[in-house]
Amino acid sequence: MKGQVIAITLVVMSGVATFIMFISTMDSLNLTRNTFYRDYSFADVFVNLKRAPESLKDKIKNVPGVNQVETRVSAYVKLDISGFTEPVTARILSIPDDGRPLLNRLYIRKGRLADPAKDNEVVINENFAKAHGFDPGDQFAAVINGKWKKLTITGIALSPEFVLLMRPEAISPDFKRFGILWMGRKALSKSYDMDGAFNDVVLTLFPDAKLSDVLVELDNIVERYGGFGAYGRKDQISHRMLNEEFRQLQKSSKIFPTIFICVAAFLLNVVMSRTINTQREQIAALKAFGYNNIDVGIHYAKLVVLILFAGLILGVAGGIWFGKMLGAIYMEVYRFPDLIYILHPGVIIAAILISIASALAGTLHSLWRAAKQQPAEAMRPEPPAKYRVTLIEKTGIGRRLTQPSRIILRNIERKPVRTFLSVLGIAAACATMISSGFFKDSVAYMINVQFVLSQKEDMTVAFAEPTSRRAIFELKGLEGVHSAEPFRTVPAKFRFGYRSYKTVINGIEPDSRLHLLLDNNFKPLSLPPSGIILTDYLGKILGVKAGDMLTVEVLEGSKPVREVPVAALVKQYLGVTGYMDITALNRLMREGDAISGAYLFTDSMFRDKLYQRFVKMARISGTVVRGDEIRNFNEIQARAMLFFTFIATLMACFISFGVVYNSARIALSERSRELSSLRVLGYTRGEISYILLGELGLLTLIAIPFGFVIGYWLCGYIAQALASDLFRVPLIIELKTYSLSAAVIFVSASVSSLIVRHKLDHLDLVEVLKTRE
Amino acid sequence: MPFSLLDLIAKKAGNKRQPITNHDQRSTECGFSNRRTETMNQDPANNPEDIVFQVKELTKIYKMGEVEVHALRGADLELFSGELVVLLGPSGSGKSTLLNILGGLDTATSGFVSYRGKNLTNANEQELTEYRRYHVGFVFQFYNLIPSLTARENVEVVTEIARNPMVPEDALAIVGLTERLDHFPAQLSGGEQQRVAIARAISKNPEVLLCDEPTGALDSKTGIVVLEALEKINRELGTATAIITHNADIAGMADRVIYLSNGRISEVKINSVKKAPGELKW
Repeated sequence: MKGQVIAITLVVMSGVATFIMFISTMDSLNLTRNTFYRDYSFADVFVNLKRAPESLKDKIKNVPGVNQVETRVSAYVKLDISGFTEPVTARILSIPDDGRPLLNRLYIRKGRLADPAKDNEVVINENFAKAHGFDPGDQFAAVINGKWKKLTITGIALSPEFVLLMRPEAISPDFKRFGILWMGRKALSKSYDMDGAFNDVVLTLFPDAKLSDVLVELDNIVERYGGFGAYGRKDQISHRMLNEEFRQLQKSSKIFPTIFICVAAFLLNVVMSRTINTQREQIAALKAFGYNNIDVGIHYAKLVVLILFAGLILGVAGGIWFGKMLGAIYMEVYRFPDLIYILHPGVIIAAILISIASALAGTLHSLWRAAKQQPAEAMRPEPPAKYRVTLIEKTGIGRRLTQPSRIILRNIERKPVRTFLSVLGIAAACATMISSGFFKDSVAYMINVQFVLSQKEDMTVAFAEPTSRRAIFELKGLEGVHSAEPFRTVPAKFRFGYRSYKTVINGIEPDSRLHLLLDNNFKPLSLPPSGIILTDYLGKILGVKAGDMLTVEVLEGSKPVREVPVAALVKQYLGVTGYMDITALNRLMREGDAISGAYLFTDSMFRDKLYQRFVKMARISGTVVRGDEIRNFNEIQARAMLFFTFIATLMACFISFGVVYNSARIALSERSRELSSLRVLGYTRGEISYILLGELGLLTLIAIPFGFVIGYWLCGYIAQALASDLFRVPLIIELKTYSLSAAVIFVSASVSSLIVRHKLDHLDLVEVLKTRE
Repeated sequence: MPFSLLDLIAKKAGNKRQPITNHDQRSTECGFSNRRTETMNQDPANNPEDIVFQVKELTKIYKMGEVEVHALRGADLELFSGELVVLLGPSGSGKSTLLNILGGLDTATSGFVSYRGKNLTNANEQELTEYRRYHVGFVFQFYNLIPSLTARENVEVVTEIARNPMVPEDALAIVGLTERLDHFPAQLSGGEQQRVAIARAISKNPEVLLCDEPTGALDSKTGIVVLEALEKINRELGTATAIITHNADIAGMADRVIYLSNGRISEVKINSVKKAPGELKW
């Protein structure tokens, strides 16, 4: 039984390890985050506005429920880093002149805070510093309010506000091309003409405050000052991404360990049934001596726990190891002062109890059978097993089968439940493999749809202020620009019935060739002259369909509120927005031909030159290059993907090895007599191996397509579970993933077959003939 | 057939390992044709061509844990074409060990065994498999049928791989199971199962039938039916048959009775009058 115990140990270990890995990583990140939030006073509410006098602060403070208030100056700047030719933008934020922010305090990793009076000193965030290899004392330049300025880094810091740092509207964090700079309030105010004024507020609430009431009150207060709408933590990007991550970990901690624990329970069931079967005489003897059913039951229950024991120990150790590894991968992207790794004893106890409970549940049937047997009955040998002619044989191909093939078919059909569960087990391994490949496939697909089919522009420039459409001609005139199309972006709140959602409206050219909207079949959709087109997922959030009237509250300029018909829903995997014909949007805004930026299609030869130009153009607040964005996205994903693929492959191997090996060993012990008889009759080793391994091969062959189906279903479930307004994972599984999964299953099945084949070659013919079953 | 050729084969086989197939074919070809023309009452000892098995100084030592068991301590024996031999001895006398070595299921510790002049003592695994496949029929105490196959299919297991097999239905007819062709082992009585096993053993047209306690698991009435089947096969097909038993009453049906005790042949008795199995009683 040694080999089988090892196989079960591996599966139990996988189950416990994944469970502990996911839960402990989640708990650790959660604890680390909460500690960071608490110790560094993360704000509860965030407000952006155009410009308000400092005196407004008291008014905000008086809003019922508001605890602490801090006003800030905030702006987006272009950076000019020598040796790095790609466009880099940053958000620059003020820190109070006394160097002690009340809220979102900085954890200084290196160096010191910036001198509040000096307009050439900044503190930068850690990811950005790491990406560029910056240390305190290093310098780079920034275009601050149109003026090119050399800045010196005084410190490197972390903030609870930017645990995950993402440029607004970006698809993933990009530490090289987006950073956070902190500068003294006095110096920054001077640059932006914000003396005695602010354009950004953060605040905390009393525990009993009602967030929605506070937000409404705040919106009313700042409306006159060009407020873009107040929002709570749950809409704060860093916080949201963390929450998404927790949600994913939580889901994963349920899906994968469940698969393993079920497989382990099944394996134990098979092994225990067999053990009890071969030990029926001993059981009978024990009972004849006066042991009762409970004693016998407990004896085997102890055996189950004993078999589980090694798996549990290794699983806990592996879980901690994997958990720390996964934590380290998260720490590459999520910035905390330190990861506090925590594994609640309760989690270990839960893992152990769940494993033991499901193992016992799985073996209950055989335990019950052991207990139920009458001593006299158990002492009699079992009669020959009953077989039937199988359905497949009745179809007519029956007579053409060789006897060994017939034996295979009849064995499979005789134990349909066990056959089904074995197939299910191998299929589960296959599905696990598929689910790990699925992420890679769907992300590649998502990128392809988003950036190859839909957003064909290779560069986007954003203007600091809405600008006249004439700027397009200027851009088109630049050397290396093949084409340029304007866009207008306006923040807005959509309302339908009682549901509402805050996002932006993108006004684009109706006949745009660079920025295409796609329908469900990825056919370009033409933008109607009036009406609005929404991302399909936004339609779902709001519960609207094409033809419904949507209330649009613009959060910029004169803040018009309009009823706009929904013209269509479009397929999009990243973010949620509304699209309008740019002219219609200008009309809705009651503005002229204002544009917020332009999509460019450029000549790659001139790209570097163009960035240099854009950095110096005061009106351009930022530039994004598609290629960089995609490359970066892939880089960020790569390590995590590799880790998950590694874990999934390992686990899938364990499962398929466990199931196949176990089936093979059981089959061998059940049929060694039959196989020996055949050897005696002159069958070769190869010929009898065919009977045993052919059966396993057949099960594996059935299991693989079945695994494809389960894998597809599992991925569908994962995709649905992960869908959020940040991104939707398309259910795309490439042929490559299917074939890799099949290959992994095949290899691990072959390895277990080889081990069993080795045992087959050493069957003791004489020994087997002497005894009766 | 000239004696010199067979002597040559025997010598060659004794000297070095030889691919069994070459020799096999010869023995199947000439062996079968010969056998059928033979008469049972000829004194076979004078005709070396009729020696199926030759056993000399055979010893077998098992390791049972820490204890060494001397199962055979120098047994000498010959078995001739077409004869029915009963090997009689108490349990532990080494009779099963002897039969297993004759059947190519086990190898001797020392000594010499040849089958039709071919040395089995140093045959390798593959040669032994081939030997069992084409030349020997086995019948065991516990039948050893494949539970998932019907009576007919259990016979087909052998006919599918044999070189010169019977029609499976014919083999089953010989043991009187024409009516039970499509029954599974679980649907057959012990005696019927044993008869299926006999049909399976003879269906390859073996030169020799080795039976280890064929009636050991059966009551006497059923046992006699099984022995009748064996006797009939020996009589009608001329298959050399060795039956192992500890039941002295069965000895009456043999041409020769070989007594084993303590790993040696203690006595060989030639029955001048053979009893029909029906006359046996125990």
